[in-house]
Amino acid sequence: MQTTPRDGPEPSGADDRSAASVATGGGAAAPEQRPDREELDRSFGQRLLDVRRWGALTGQQRRESIVPIAFAVVLLIVIFALGLLEPLTAIVIGVGVAVVYFVGANKLLDLTPDRFSERVRPWVFVAPALLFLFAFLVIPALRTIYISFLDRAQDRFVGFENYEWAFTDRRNRIVFRNNVLWILGVTTFSTGFGLLMAVLADRIKRESFAKALVFLPMAISFVGASVIWRFVYSFRGPGQEQIGLLNAVWTGLGNEPVAWLLETPWNTFFLIVVMIWMQTGFAMVVLSAAIKGVPIELIEAARIDGANEWQVFRRITLPSIAGTLAVVVTTTIILVLKVFDIVRVMTSGNFETSVIANEMISQSFSFGNQHRGAALAVVLFMAVVPVMFWNVRRFRRDAMERSG
Amino acid sequence: MTANNSPPTQTSTPPEDELEPREPLGSRIRSFLGSIAGRVTVFVVCALWTIPTLGILVSSFRPEDDVRSSGWWTAITDWDFTLDNYRTVLQGGSARSGDMWSHFLNSLTITIPATIIPIAIAAFAAYAFAWMRFPGRDWIFVIVVALLVVPLHLSLIPLLQAYANGVDFLGVRIIPDLDLNGTFASVWLAHIGFGLPLAIYLLYNYMSGLPGDIFEAARIDGADHFKIFWRLVVPLSVPALAAFSIFQFLWVWNDFLVAIVFVGSAPDSAPMTVRLTQLVGSRGEDQHILTAGAFVTMIVPLIVFFSLQRYFVRGILAGSVKG
Repeated sequence: MQTTPRDGPEPSGADDRSAASVATGGGAAAPEQRPDREELDRSFGQRLLDVRRWGALTGQQRRESIVPIAFAVVLLIVIFALGLLEPLTAIVIGVGVAVVYFVGANKLLDLTPDRFSERVRPWVFVAPALLFLFAFLVIPALRTIYISFLDRAQDRFVGFENYEWAFTDRRNRIVFRNNVLWILGVTTFSTGFGLLMAVLADRIKRESFAKALVFLPMAISFVGASVIWRFVYSFRGPGQEQIGLLNAVWTGLGNEPVAWLLETPWNTFFLIVVMIWMQTGFAMVVLSAAIKGVPIELIEAARIDGANEWQVFRRITLPSIAGTLAVVVTTTIILVLKVFDIVRVMTSGNFETSVIANEMISQSFSFGNQHRGAALAVVLFMAVVPVMFWNVRRFRRDAMERSG
Repeated sequence: MTANNSPPTQTSTPPEDELEPREPLGSRIRSFLGSIAGRVTVFVVCALWTIPTLGILVSSFRPEDDVRSSGWWTAITDWDFTLDNYRTVLQGGSARSGDMWSHFLNSLTITIPATIIPIAIAAFAAYAFAWMRFPGRDWIFVIVVALLVVPLHLSLIPLLQAYANGVDFLGVRIIPDLDLNGTFASVWLAHIGFGLPLAIYLLYNYMSGLPGDIFEAARIDGADHFKIFWRLVVPLSVPALAAFSIFQFLWVWNDFLVAIVFVGSAPDSAPMTVRLTQLVGSRGEDQHILTAGAFVTMIVPLIVFFSLQRYFVRGILAGSVKG
């Protein structure tokens, strides 16, 4: 923010963040034109920051600044009282470091000859991101792969022993079976229901309200959803009053109450329902946008040619959204493979409901078998690699289309 | 006055419904039924989707004995309202109460930095990938795209080791033994790292769609990339920045795995998701406060979701819809 070195009560600098000033370009040294209108109309932030030049402000400006300053002080007091000083400090430090780095590095670069600074500047921009990506994703991933070939004490190389255990151990075979069930169940039903809602809600009056209701479970945590559904699945012995919705309906139909979460192998399906409940909103939103993107002329033409609704859907709409369907399916598969919270909270993986991610955590942290946990993590990664390749190929194809 | 009794001439266009073929009766009935069936289906699906949450909401206001002995639907006829569950769950102290309030603050503490800082880092990187030229740009970005799907489970164990013991590389200590485990910093750093691929990808998609001519004009006028970024690109990218913020906020707020791995050793620093899980694990006596606890964890995401739904949806659609 600029001020020219004048004293007295003259109005101060305007906010010079306009595109025009970019065009005038160059460094920040030259004083800039300040149209009169902006002098009188200081923004909220402006009025706050002007406290630094309290002495140079007019009485009128001081009065205008009181409210933002009071607001900032109250906010700070509230933050302090709530004990939120630590995250605030973290934000300030984090953003401060970022600012110092980006602004500082750029200023330094400005001092160097153009040819040099032009070549180096992109690296300045991407360096922090690359640093984090490598430090927190790439290198740990490589290390995990390395650990998966070691023994429990992590100092002896044991080849594929851990993978052998992963694929042949009896418990793990049930775990893999469960993951397959999860993938099939969640993907088909959440995509199916999502598609159904996307098509049907399109035609009704309170479309956004209906869609919001189905979309709502996406906002809550897996843990919260697990608590909700634990209640639905609650079990009380025969003869007692049922407090869980499912058992209430079940006994209302004349059956004995069932402990849904304990009955193998059906309990996995009841866990899967929770994720279907949460993921359908995602499929619905994405597919709805895709369906609305189908050119209306195509549909009208088909209708005039005598096609009924089902034919229109099958021959026109479906092929048009095929690409989006593929994206929805693959994204869902990846999310499902990572399922951990639901299983851990509802059954802790007992009663034959465990999944790969749950086993990985148990092995690594409860049993101290980090080498086995690493092997399981790598298996999880392997399952995802095909999608990774497909994504990269799709991205590069799009990039070529765009520049071509 | 000439009588206008001449027969109507066919000079003007005949009424519209005489031009289009009349739909056969069968298909008209079908589409009428279809719309009724459609509406009923939508209603049923919406009801099914809302009932579980409704059950918890109602239960959270019922007295302990009622929750234990009867289903929440009986409350419709037998209404007995109480705030006790919420009081208990928010209080501090014993394991029996929830102490959700302090964990609520923990959740805020963990989530806010983990949302803001990745944006700063990713915005610069996304701009560089979109509008700057440098060798290896395309290949490095391919790595970012690949990292989008890499599960974070693959990174957890080494990160934990690094936080606890520092990092040695070929005998040289690169990262000192900071003993970060159990601190908020460990979770912040992890979430920043895990959130960056999506942030960069979303922002890149948006930024590369911005009109390049403005930037060209500015460059010709002598502005350098930093100025263009700060003065033009960032203000123009606010929708994408908002979309990602909401994504990341919800993701971190609702996260359980990263929290339990890095902060599991320090229960006082645990976010609400972890505390809620502990309440679940306690024996059945605490079912009634579980409902209130669950709702306390959900209230902030629900508010964020409802008020900023538009941006959230936009974030999901970015890169998902293939034209």
